[in-house]
Amino acid sequence: MIQDEDLNLLLSELSHRYGYDFTNYARASLKRRVNRLLAVDRFASFAELLYKVKNDPDYLPHVVEQLTVNVTEMFRDPSLFRTLREQVLPVLATHPLIRVWHAGCSTGEEVYSLAIMLEEANLLHKSLLYATDINPTVIENIRRGMFPIGNIRQYTENYLQSGGRKDFSSYYQAQYEWAKFDERLRANTIVATHNLVSDRSFNEFQLILCRNVLIYFDKELQDKALTLFDNSLEKLGFLVLGSKENLRFSPIAASYTQLENKEKVWRKMR
Amino acid sequence: MAENALNQLRYLVIGGSAGSLEVILDLVTHLPALPHAVVILVVHRKKDNDSILVDLLSYRTKLPVREVEDKETISPDTIYLAPPDYHLLIERADLFSLDISEKVHFSRPSIDVTFESVAEAFGDRVIGILLSGANADGAVGMAKIRKAGGYTIVQDPATADVGYMPQQALDLTPVDSILPAAEIPGLLEKLLRIQ
Ligand SMILES: C[S@@+](CC[C@H](N)C(=O)[O-])C[C@H]1O[C@@H](n2cnc3c(N)ncnc32)[C@H](O)[C@@H]1O
Repeated sequence: MIQDEDLNLLLSELSHRYGYDFTNYARASLKRRVNRLLAVDRFASFAELLYKVKNDPDYLPHVVEQLTVNVTEMFRDPSLFRTLREQVLPVLATHPLIRVWHAGCSTGEEVYSLAIMLEEANLLHKSLLYATDINPTVIENIRRGMFPIGNIRQYTENYLQSGGRKDFSSYYQAQYEWAKFDERLRANTIVATHNLVSDRSFNEFQLILCRNVLIYFDKELQDKALTLFDNSLEKLGFLVLGSKENLRFSPIAASYTQLENKEKVWRKMR
Repeated sequence: MAENALNQLRYLVIGGSAGSLEVILDLVTHLPALPHAVVILVVHRKKDNDSILVDLLSYRTKLPVREVEDKETISPDTIYLAPPDYHLLIERADLFSLDISEKVHFSRPSIDVTFESVAEAFGDRVIGILLSGANADGAVGMAKIRKAGGYTIVQDPATADVGYMPQQALDLTPVDSILPAAEIPGLLEKLLRIQ
Protein backbone atom coordinates (compact mmCIF):
# COMPACT_ATOMS: atom_id res chain seq x y z
CA MET A 1 0.00 0.00 0.00
CA ILE A 2 1.26 3.48 -0.88
CA GLN A 3 2.96 5.41 1.93
CA ASP A 4 1.52 8.55 3.49
CA GLU A 5 4.46 10.70 2.39
CA ASP A 6 4.03 9.65 -1.23
CA LEU A 7 0.31 10.25 -1.08
CA ASN A 8 0.93 13.74 0.28
CA LEU A 9 3.28 14.50 -2.59
CA LEU A 10 0.67 13.48 -5.12
CA LEU A 11 -2.10 15.40 -3.37
CA SER A 12 -0.11 18.58 -3.15
CA GLU A 13 0.73 18.28 -6.84
CA LEU A 14 -2.95 17.86 -7.76
CA SER A 15 -3.92 20.75 -5.54
CA HIS A 16 -1.24 23.29 -6.43
CA ARG A 17 -0.87 22.51 -10.09
CA TYR A 18 -4.48 21.76 -10.98
CA GLY A 19 -6.70 23.05 -8.18
CA TYR A 20 -8.13 19.63 -7.25
CA ASP A 21 -7.89 19.43 -3.49
CA PHE A 22 -8.17 15.87 -2.15
CA THR A 23 -6.27 16.54 1.06
CA ASN A 24 -9.33 16.14 3.28
CA TYR A 25 -10.49 12.94 1.67
CA ALA A 26 -10.65 9.83 3.85
CA ARG A 27 -7.19 8.31 3.64
CA ALA A 28 -7.93 4.60 3.69
CA SER A 29 -10.00 4.58 0.52
CA LEU A 30 -7.88 7.25 -1.19
CA LYS A 31 -4.83 5.04 -0.79
CA ARG A 32 -6.69 2.16 -2.35
CA ARG A 33 -7.57 4.39 -5.29
CA VAL A 34 -3.96 5.42 -5.85
CA ASN A 35 -2.88 1.79 -5.64
CA ARG A 36 -5.50 0.91 -8.17
CA LEU A 37 -4.34 3.69 -10.48
CA LEU A 38 -0.77 2.42 -10.21
CA ALA A 39 -1.95 -1.06 -11.18
CA VAL A 40 -4.44 -0.10 -13.90
CA ASP A 41 -1.93 2.10 -15.72
CA ARG A 42 0.95 -0.27 -15.03
CA PHE A 43 3.30 2.20 -13.41
CA ALA A 44 6.52 0.54 -12.32
CA SER A 45 6.79 2.87 -9.34
CA PHE A 46 5.06 5.69 -7.58
CA ALA A 47 7.74 8.09 -8.85
CA GLU A 48 6.63 7.38 -12.40
CA LEU A 49 3.06 8.26 -11.61
CA LEU A 50 4.14 11.48 -9.96
CA TYR A 51 6.27 12.37 -12.97
CA LYS A 52 3.35 11.77 -15.31
CA VAL A 53 1.03 13.92 -13.22
CA LYS A 54 3.57 16.74 -13.14
CA ASN A 55 4.34 16.71 -16.81
CA ASP A 56 1.21 15.64 -18.63
CA PRO A 57 -1.85 17.85 -18.03
CA ASP A 58 -3.87 15.65 -20.42
CA TYR A 59 -3.52 12.82 -17.93
CA LEU A 60 -5.33 14.78 -15.20
CA PRO A 61 -8.95 13.91 -16.09
CA HIS A 62 -8.05 10.26 -15.88
CA VAL A 63 -6.49 10.73 -12.45
CA VAL A 64 -9.56 12.54 -11.15
CA GLU A 65 -11.76 9.82 -12.56
CA GLN A 66 -9.71 7.07 -10.93
CA LEU A 67 -9.34 8.73 -7.54
CA THR A 68 -13.06 9.31 -7.18
CA VAL A 69 -15.37 6.33 -6.90
CA ASN A 70 -18.20 6.47 -9.42
CA VAL A 71 -20.17 3.38 -8.49
CA THR A 72 -23.91 4.06 -8.60
CA GLU A 73 -27.24 2.38 -9.32
CA MET A 74 -30.80 3.23 -10.30
CA PHE A 75 -33.21 3.18 -7.36
CA ARG A 76 -30.39 2.08 -5.10
CA ASP A 77 -31.85 1.51 -1.60
CA PRO A 78 -35.43 1.03 -2.82
CA SER A 79 -36.89 1.74 0.60
CA LEU A 80 -35.38 5.22 0.47
CA PHE A 81 -37.00 5.85 -2.90
CA ARG A 82 -40.28 4.57 -1.52
CA THR A 83 -39.99 7.13 1.26
CA LEU A 84 -39.28 9.88 -1.25
CA ARG A 85 -42.29 8.78 -3.28
CA GLU A 86 -44.67 8.54 -0.35
CA GLN A 87 -43.49 11.24 2.05
CA VAL A 88 -41.36 13.78 0.24
CA LEU A 89 -42.90 14.22 -3.22
CA PRO A 90 -46.37 15.01 -1.80
CA VAL A 91 -44.81 17.91 0.12
CA LEU A 92 -42.84 19.11 -2.88
CA ALA A 93 -46.02 18.95 -4.97
CA THR A 94 -47.34 22.03 -3.17
CA HIS A 95 -44.58 24.20 -4.67
CA PRO A 96 -45.07 25.98 -8.00
CA LEU A 97 -41.50 25.12 -8.97
CA ILE A 98 -39.53 22.24 -7.51
CA ARG A 99 -35.76 22.60 -7.39
CA VAL A 100 -33.64 19.52 -6.70
CA TRP A 101 -29.86 19.19 -6.40
CA HIS A 102 -28.12 15.88 -6.95
CA ALA A 103 -24.65 16.58 -5.55
CA GLY A 104 -21.99 14.06 -6.57
CA CYS A 105 -24.43 12.38 -8.96
CA SER A 106 -21.83 10.40 -10.91
CA THR A 107 -23.23 9.01 -14.19
CA GLY A 108 -26.78 10.04 -13.37
CA GLU A 109 -28.60 6.85 -12.37
CA GLU A 110 -30.05 8.56 -9.30
CA VAL A 111 -31.12 11.58 -11.37
CA TYR A 112 -33.05 9.42 -13.83
CA SER A 113 -34.59 7.48 -10.96
CA LEU A 114 -35.94 10.62 -9.39
CA ALA A 115 -37.09 11.97 -12.75
CA ILE A 116 -39.11 8.79 -13.25
CA MET A 117 -40.74 9.18 -9.86
CA LEU A 118 -41.45 12.86 -10.46
CA GLU A 119 -43.06 12.01 -13.75
CA GLU A 120 -45.20 9.32 -12.19
CA ALA A 121 -46.33 11.87 -9.61
CA ASN A 122 -47.06 14.26 -12.47
CA LEU A 123 -44.48 16.74 -11.12
CA LEU A 124 -41.65 16.49 -13.60
CA HIS A 125 -42.97 19.31 -15.80
CA LYS A 126 -42.58 21.79 -12.94
CA SER A 127 -39.26 20.47 -11.62
CA LEU A 128 -35.68 21.55 -12.19
CA LEU A 129 -33.02 18.94 -11.44
CA TYR A 130 -29.45 20.14 -10.99
CA ALA A 131 -27.04 17.26 -11.50
CA THR A 132 -23.47 18.03 -10.44
CA ASP A 133 -20.23 16.16 -9.89
CA ILE A 134 -16.56 16.98 -9.54
CA ASN A 135 -15.77 14.70 -12.46
CA PRO A 136 -16.61 16.15 -15.90
CA THR A 137 -16.34 12.74 -17.56
CA VAL A 138 -19.12 11.02 -15.61
CA ILE A 139 -21.71 13.75 -16.00
CA GLU A 140 -21.34 13.56 -19.79
CA ASN A 141 -23.33 10.39 -19.52
CA ILE A 142 -26.36 12.17 -18.12
CA ARG A 143 -26.98 13.84 -21.45
CA ARG A 144 -26.67 10.50 -23.20
CA GLY A 145 -28.92 8.74 -20.72
CA MET A 146 -27.39 5.37 -21.51
CA PHE A 147 -26.83 2.71 -18.89
CA PRO A 148 -25.46 -0.80 -19.33
CA ILE A 149 -28.27 -3.17 -20.28
CA GLY A 150 -26.80 -5.83 -18.00
CA ASN A 151 -27.81 -3.77 -14.96
CA ILE A 152 -31.43 -3.35 -16.01
CA ARG A 153 -32.70 -6.46 -14.31
CA GLN A 154 -31.42 -5.20 -10.96
CA TYR A 155 -32.79 -1.71 -11.64
CA THR A 156 -36.20 -3.11 -12.55
CA GLU A 157 -36.26 -5.03 -9.30
CA ASN A 158 -35.23 -1.92 -7.37
CA TYR A 159 -37.88 0.13 -9.16
CA LEU A 160 -40.62 -2.32 -8.26
CA GLN A 161 -39.45 -2.51 -4.65
CA SER A 162 -39.51 1.26 -4.45
CA GLY A 163 -43.21 1.18 -5.21
CA GLY A 164 -43.04 1.69 -8.98
CA ARG A 165 -46.09 0.27 -10.73
CA LYS A 166 -45.34 0.78 -14.39
CA ASP A 167 -43.62 -1.45 -16.86
CA PHE A 168 -40.03 -0.30 -16.27
CA SER A 169 -39.10 -1.10 -19.86
CA SER A 170 -41.41 1.66 -21.04
CA TYR A 171 -38.74 4.16 -19.90
CA TYR A 172 -35.90 2.98 -22.11
CA GLN A 173 -35.03 1.39 -25.41
CA ALA A 174 -32.52 -1.39 -25.68
CA GLN A 175 -29.66 -0.58 -28.03
CA TYR A 176 -27.18 -3.42 -28.09
CA GLU A 177 -25.52 -3.44 -24.70
CA TRP A 178 -27.13 -0.17 -23.62
CA ALA A 179 -30.49 0.91 -22.31
CA LYS A 180 -31.18 4.38 -23.61
CA PHE A 181 -33.58 6.25 -21.37
CA ASP A 182 -36.29 8.48 -22.75
CA GLU A 183 -35.06 12.02 -23.43
CA ARG A 184 -38.08 13.62 -21.87
CA LEU A 185 -36.78 12.40 -18.49
CA ARG A 186 -33.84 14.75 -18.66
CA ALA A 187 -35.57 17.70 -20.31
CA ASN A 188 -35.57 19.57 -16.99
CA THR A 189 -32.12 18.53 -15.86
CA ILE A 190 -29.20 20.95 -15.72
CA VAL A 191 -25.81 19.26 -15.75
CA ALA A 192 -22.67 20.97 -14.45
CA THR A 193 -19.39 20.30 -12.74
CA HIS A 194 -19.34 21.38 -9.11
CA ASN A 195 -16.66 20.62 -6.55
CA LEU A 196 -17.99 20.32 -3.02
CA VAL A 197 -14.53 21.16 -1.68
CA SER A 198 -14.05 24.49 -3.42
CA ASP A 199 -17.29 25.66 -5.09
CA ARG A 200 -20.07 27.64 -3.48
CA SER A 201 -23.77 27.41 -3.07
CA PHE A 202 -25.45 28.38 -6.37
CA ASN A 203 -29.18 28.19 -5.72
CA GLU A 204 -31.89 27.37 -3.19
CA PHE A 205 -33.46 23.95 -3.27
CA GLN A 206 -36.34 22.07 -1.69
CA LEU A 207 -34.55 18.76 -2.01
CA ILE A 208 -30.83 17.95 -1.96
CA LEU A 209 -29.50 14.43 -2.43
CA CYS A 210 -25.87 13.67 -1.70
CA ARG A 211 -25.46 9.94 -1.23
CA ASN A 212 -22.23 8.01 -0.83
CA VAL A 213 -20.06 11.04 -1.42
CA LEU A 214 -19.46 12.10 2.18
CA ILE A 215 -18.03 8.66 3.01
CA TYR A 216 -15.00 9.74 0.97
CA PHE A 217 -14.44 12.86 3.08
CA ASP A 218 -12.91 13.24 6.52
CA LYS A 219 -15.08 14.77 9.24
CA GLU A 220 -13.87 18.28 8.66
CA LEU A 221 -14.72 18.19 4.97
CA GLN A 222 -18.02 16.47 5.69
CA ASP A 223 -18.98 19.33 7.97
CA LYS A 224 -18.00 21.83 5.33
CA ALA A 225 -20.12 20.10 2.67
CA LEU A 226 -23.07 19.79 5.04
CA THR A 227 -22.87 23.50 5.80
CA LEU A 228 -22.88 24.16 2.06
CA PHE A 229 -26.05 22.08 1.75
CA ASP A 230 -27.59 23.90 4.68
CA ASN A 231 -26.92 27.19 2.93
CA SER A 232 -28.52 25.84 -0.23
CA LEU A 233 -31.66 24.38 1.29
CA GLU A 234 -34.93 26.21 1.88
CA LYS A 235 -36.53 26.06 5.27
CA LEU A 236 -38.60 22.85 5.46
CA GLY A 237 -36.54 21.44 2.60
CA PHE A 238 -35.23 17.87 2.58
CA LEU A 239 -31.66 16.58 2.71
CA VAL A 240 -30.96 12.98 1.69
CA LEU A 241 -27.72 11.15 2.53
CA GLY A 242 -26.39 7.65 1.82
CA SER A 243 -27.62 4.65 3.77
CA LYS A 244 -24.61 4.62 6.14
CA GLU A 245 -24.09 8.37 6.38
CA ASN A 246 -25.36 10.64 9.10
CA LEU A 247 -25.49 14.31 9.98
CA ARG A 248 -25.96 13.58 13.67
CA PHE A 249 -22.56 14.86 14.80
CA SER A 250 -22.32 17.78 12.38
CA PRO A 251 -22.72 21.49 13.13
CA ILE A 252 -26.02 21.62 11.22
CA ALA A 253 -27.65 18.75 13.14
CA ALA A 254 -29.58 20.98 15.52
CA SER A 255 -31.66 22.48 12.70
CA TYR A 256 -32.68 19.14 11.23
CA THR A 257 -35.11 16.35 12.06
CA GLN A 258 -34.80 12.90 10.59
CA LEU A 259 -37.94 11.27 9.20
CA GLU A 260 -39.55 8.90 11.62
CA ASN A 261 -38.99 5.77 9.58
CA LYS A 262 -35.21 6.28 10.02
CA GLU A 263 -34.47 6.49 6.31
CA LYS A 264 -31.60 8.89 5.73
CA VAL A 265 -33.88 11.84 5.01
CA TRP A 266 -33.70 14.98 7.15
CA ARG A 267 -35.99 17.99 7.14
CA LYS A 268 -34.68 21.47 7.77
CA MET A 269 -36.76 22.86 10.61
CA ARG A 270 -35.16 26.29 10.94
CA MET B 1 -9.02 6.62 24.16
CA ALA B 2 -5.45 7.19 25.22
CA GLU B 3 -2.77 6.13 22.78
CA ASN B 4 -1.28 3.45 25.02
CA ALA B 5 -4.67 1.93 25.76
CA LEU B 6 -5.23 1.63 22.02
CA ASN B 7 -1.87 -0.05 21.69
CA GLN B 8 -3.00 -2.87 23.94
CA LEU B 9 -6.08 -3.79 21.97
CA ARG B 10 -6.33 -6.99 19.98
CA TYR B 11 -8.30 -7.12 16.75
CA LEU B 12 -10.21 -10.23 15.89
CA VAL B 13 -11.29 -10.18 12.23
CA ILE B 14 -13.52 -12.93 10.95
CA GLY B 15 -14.40 -13.54 7.29
CA GLY B 16 -17.15 -15.88 6.20
CA SER B 17 -19.18 -16.72 3.13
CA ALA B 18 -21.47 -19.57 2.10
CA GLY B 19 -21.93 -22.01 4.97
CA SER B 20 -20.35 -19.77 7.60
CA LEU B 21 -23.41 -18.36 9.33
CA GLU B 22 -23.86 -21.17 11.85
CA VAL B 23 -20.16 -21.13 12.62
CA ILE B 24 -20.17 -17.39 13.22
CA LEU B 25 -23.22 -17.54 15.47
CA ASP B 26 -21.65 -20.35 17.42
CA LEU B 27 -18.31 -18.56 17.63
CA VAL B 28 -19.98 -15.44 18.97
CA THR B 29 -21.82 -17.47 21.57
CA HIS B 30 -18.58 -19.02 22.74
CA LEU B 31 -16.34 -16.02 22.43
CA PRO B 32 -14.24 -15.97 25.55
CA ALA B 33 -14.58 -12.88 27.67
CA LEU B 34 -12.69 -10.41 25.57
CA PRO B 35 -11.29 -7.60 27.58
CA HIS B 36 -9.54 -5.23 25.23
CA ALA B 37 -10.55 -6.86 21.99
CA VAL B 38 -12.37 -5.52 18.97
CA VAL B 39 -14.29 -8.02 16.86
CA ILE B 40 -14.83 -7.26 13.18
CA LEU B 41 -17.05 -9.49 11.05
CA VAL B 42 -17.11 -9.51 7.27
CA VAL B 43 -19.80 -11.80 5.94
CA HIS B 44 -21.01 -12.16 2.39
CA ARG B 45 -24.78 -11.93 2.42
CA LYS B 46 -27.80 -10.74 0.53
CA LYS B 47 -28.64 -7.10 0.92
CA ASP B 48 -32.16 -7.84 2.15
CA ASN B 49 -31.25 -9.93 5.18
CA ASP B 50 -29.04 -7.34 6.83
CA SER B 51 -30.69 -6.34 10.06
CA ILE B 52 -31.55 -9.99 10.71
CA LEU B 53 -27.90 -10.84 11.20
CA VAL B 54 -27.42 -8.08 13.78
CA ASP B 55 -30.43 -9.46 15.65
CA LEU B 56 -29.18 -13.04 15.44
CA LEU B 57 -25.79 -12.00 16.81
CA SER B 58 -27.14 -9.74 19.54
CA TYR B 59 -29.28 -12.56 20.78
CA ARG B 60 -26.17 -14.65 21.45
CA THR B 61 -23.82 -12.22 23.13
CA LYS B 62 -23.77 -9.57 25.78
CA LEU B 63 -21.31 -7.51 23.76
CA PRO B 64 -22.85 -4.71 21.75
CA VAL B 65 -23.23 -5.59 18.05
CA ARG B 66 -23.00 -2.72 15.57
CA GLU B 67 -23.42 -2.60 11.84
CA VAL B 68 -20.77 -0.01 11.05
CA GLU B 69 -21.77 3.46 9.91
CA ASP B 70 -19.41 5.82 8.13
CA LYS B 71 -16.60 7.21 10.37
CA GLU B 72 -17.80 5.24 13.34
CA THR B 73 -15.48 5.17 16.35
CA ILE B 74 -13.77 1.83 17.03
CA SER B 75 -14.41 0.83 20.63
CA PRO B 76 -13.14 -2.24 22.48
CA ASP B 77 -15.45 -5.01 23.63
CA THR B 78 -17.72 -4.46 20.69
CA ILE B 79 -18.65 -6.63 17.71
CA TYR B 80 -18.68 -4.75 14.43
CA LEU B 81 -20.31 -6.00 11.29
CA ALA B 82 -19.42 -4.76 7.80
CA PRO B 83 -22.62 -3.31 6.31
CA PRO B 84 -24.01 -4.92 3.17
CA ASP B 85 -22.81 -3.35 -0.08
CA TYR B 86 -19.89 -1.41 1.43
CA HIS B 87 -16.25 -2.28 1.93
CA LEU B 88 -15.15 -1.74 5.52
CA LEU B 89 -11.81 0.01 6.09
CA ILE B 90 -9.75 1.23 9.03
CA GLU B 91 -9.38 4.96 8.65
CA ARG B 92 -7.36 5.56 11.83
CA ALA B 93 -6.59 3.49 14.88
CA ASP B 94 -9.89 4.62 16.38
CA LEU B 95 -12.04 5.15 13.29
CA PHE B 96 -13.73 3.04 10.62
CA SER B 97 -14.54 4.25 7.14
CA LEU B 98 -16.69 2.82 4.37
CA ASP B 99 -16.08 2.55 0.65
CA ILE B 100 -18.55 1.66 -2.08
CA SER B 101 -15.94 1.07 -4.79
CA GLU B 102 -15.83 -1.90 -7.17
CA LYS B 103 -16.59 -5.35 -5.85
CA VAL B 104 -13.63 -7.57 -5.10
CA HIS B 105 -14.15 -11.28 -5.83
CA PHE B 106 -17.72 -10.35 -6.77
CA SER B 107 -18.15 -9.23 -3.19
CA ARG B 108 -18.88 -6.02 -1.33
CA PRO B 109 -18.04 -6.12 1.49
CA SER B 110 -14.92 -8.00 0.53
CA ILE B 111 -13.00 -9.96 3.15
CA ASP B 112 -9.69 -9.24 1.43
CA VAL B 113 -10.27 -5.50 1.57
CA THR B 114 -10.97 -5.43 5.30
CA PHE B 115 -8.28 -7.96 6.20
CA GLU B 116 -5.69 -5.96 4.30
CA SER B 117 -6.76 -2.72 5.93
CA VAL B 118 -6.74 -4.25 9.41
CA ALA B 119 -3.32 -5.81 8.79
CA GLU B 120 -1.90 -2.49 7.71
CA ALA B 121 -3.37 -0.60 10.65
CA PHE B 122 -2.83 -3.08 13.47
CA GLY B 123 -0.05 -5.47 12.38
CA ASP B 124 0.79 -8.08 14.98
CA ARG B 125 -2.23 -7.29 17.14
CA VAL B 126 -4.53 -8.91 14.59
CA ILE B 127 -6.04 -12.37 14.74
CA GLY B 128 -7.57 -13.33 11.39
CA ILE B 129 -10.08 -16.14 11.01
CA LEU B 130 -11.28 -17.40 7.63
CA LEU B 131 -14.34 -19.64 7.49
CA SER B 132 -16.46 -21.63 5.07
CA GLY B 133 -17.23 -20.24 1.61
CA ALA B 134 -17.45 -20.85 -2.12
CA ASN B 135 -15.40 -17.81 -3.05
CA ALA B 136 -11.71 -16.96 -3.34
CA ASP B 137 -12.14 -13.89 -1.14
CA GLY B 138 -10.03 -13.73 2.02
CA ALA B 139 -6.98 -15.67 0.85
CA VAL B 140 -4.93 -12.61 -0.03
CA GLY B 141 -6.15 -10.93 3.14
CA MET B 142 -4.95 -13.84 5.27
CA ALA B 143 -1.54 -13.68 3.62
CA LYS B 144 -1.35 -9.96 4.42
CA ILE B 145 -2.33 -10.46 8.04
CA ARG B 146 0.35 -13.07 8.42
CA LYS B 147 2.95 -10.98 6.70
CA ALA B 148 2.18 -8.08 9.02
CA GLY B 149 2.83 -10.33 12.01
CA GLY B 150 -0.75 -11.24 12.87
CA TYR B 151 -2.04 -14.67 13.87
CA THR B 152 -3.98 -16.62 11.23
CA ILE B 153 -6.62 -19.28 11.75
CA VAL B 154 -8.36 -21.13 8.93
CA GLN B 155 -11.38 -23.36 9.38
CA ASP B 156 -10.35 -26.86 8.35
CA PRO B 157 -11.73 -27.17 4.80
CA ALA B 158 -12.52 -30.84 5.35
CA THR B 159 -14.92 -29.94 8.15
CA ALA B 160 -16.30 -26.72 6.64
CA ASP B 161 -19.71 -26.64 5.00
CA VAL B 162 -18.05 -25.32 1.85
CA GLY B 163 -14.32 -25.94 1.90
CA TYR B 164 -13.37 -23.90 -1.15
CA MET B 165 -12.66 -20.56 0.52
CA PRO B 166 -10.51 -21.82 3.38
CA GLN B 167 -8.69 -24.11 0.94
CA GLN B 168 -7.89 -21.14 -1.31
CA ALA B 169 -6.20 -19.45 1.63
CA LEU B 170 -4.22 -22.57 2.51
CA ASP B 171 -3.08 -22.90 -1.10
CA LEU B 172 -1.79 -19.34 -1.02
CA THR B 173 -0.18 -18.94 2.36
CA PRO B 174 0.99 -20.86 5.40
CA VAL B 175 -1.20 -20.16 8.42
CA ASP B 176 -0.82 -20.60 12.15
CA SER B 177 -3.75 -22.93 12.79
CA ILE B 178 -6.12 -25.10 10.80
CA LEU B 179 -9.02 -26.15 13.00
CA PRO B 180 -12.56 -27.48 12.98
CA ALA B 181 -14.93 -24.66 13.92
CA ALA B 182 -15.70 -26.12 17.34
CA GLU B 183 -12.07 -25.78 18.43
CA ILE B 184 -11.62 -22.15 17.47
CA PRO B 185 -13.10 -20.58 20.63
CA GLY B 186 -10.72 -22.59 22.83
CA LEU B 187 -7.74 -21.40 20.84
CA LEU B 188 -8.93 -17.81 21.00
CA GLU B 189 -9.17 -18.06 24.74
CA LYS B 190 -5.52 -19.08 24.91
CA LEU B 191 -4.38 -16.45 22.42
CA LEU B 192 -6.16 -13.62 24.17
CA ARG B 193 -4.94 -14.72 27.59
CA ILE B 194 -1.26 -14.93 26.74
CA GLN B 195 -0.22 -11.32 26.20
C1 LIG C 1 -20.02 6.61 -5.10
S1 LIG C 1 -20.50 7.91 -6.18
C2 LIG C 1 -22.15 8.22 -5.64
C3 LIG C 1 -23.12 8.44 -6.77
C4 LIG C 1 -24.57 8.68 -6.36
N1 LIG C 1 -24.70 9.85 -5.51
C5 LIG C 1 -25.12 7.45 -5.67
O1 LIG C 1 -25.27 7.45 -4.46
O2 LIG C 1 -25.44 6.48 -6.35
C6 LIG C 1 -19.54 9.28 -5.55
C7 LIG C 1 -19.49 10.49 -6.51
O3 LIG C 1 -19.00 11.62 -5.79
C8 LIG C 1 -18.24 12.40 -6.65
N2 LIG C 1 -17.36 13.30 -5.88
C9 LIG C 1 -16.24 12.97 -5.20
N3 LIG C 1 -15.68 14.08 -4.68
C10 LIG C 1 -16.48 15.11 -5.01
C11 LIG C 1 -16.42 16.52 -4.78
N4 LIG C 1 -15.43 17.07 -4.07
N5 LIG C 1 -17.40 17.30 -5.28
C12 LIG C 1 -18.42 16.76 -6.00
N6 LIG C 1 -18.51 15.44 -6.27
C13 LIG C 1 -17.55 14.63 -5.79
C14 LIG C 1 -17.49 11.36 -7.46
O4 LIG C 1 -16.99 11.90 -8.68
C15 LIG C 1 -18.56 10.29 -7.67
O5 LIG C 1 -19.23 10.46 -8.87
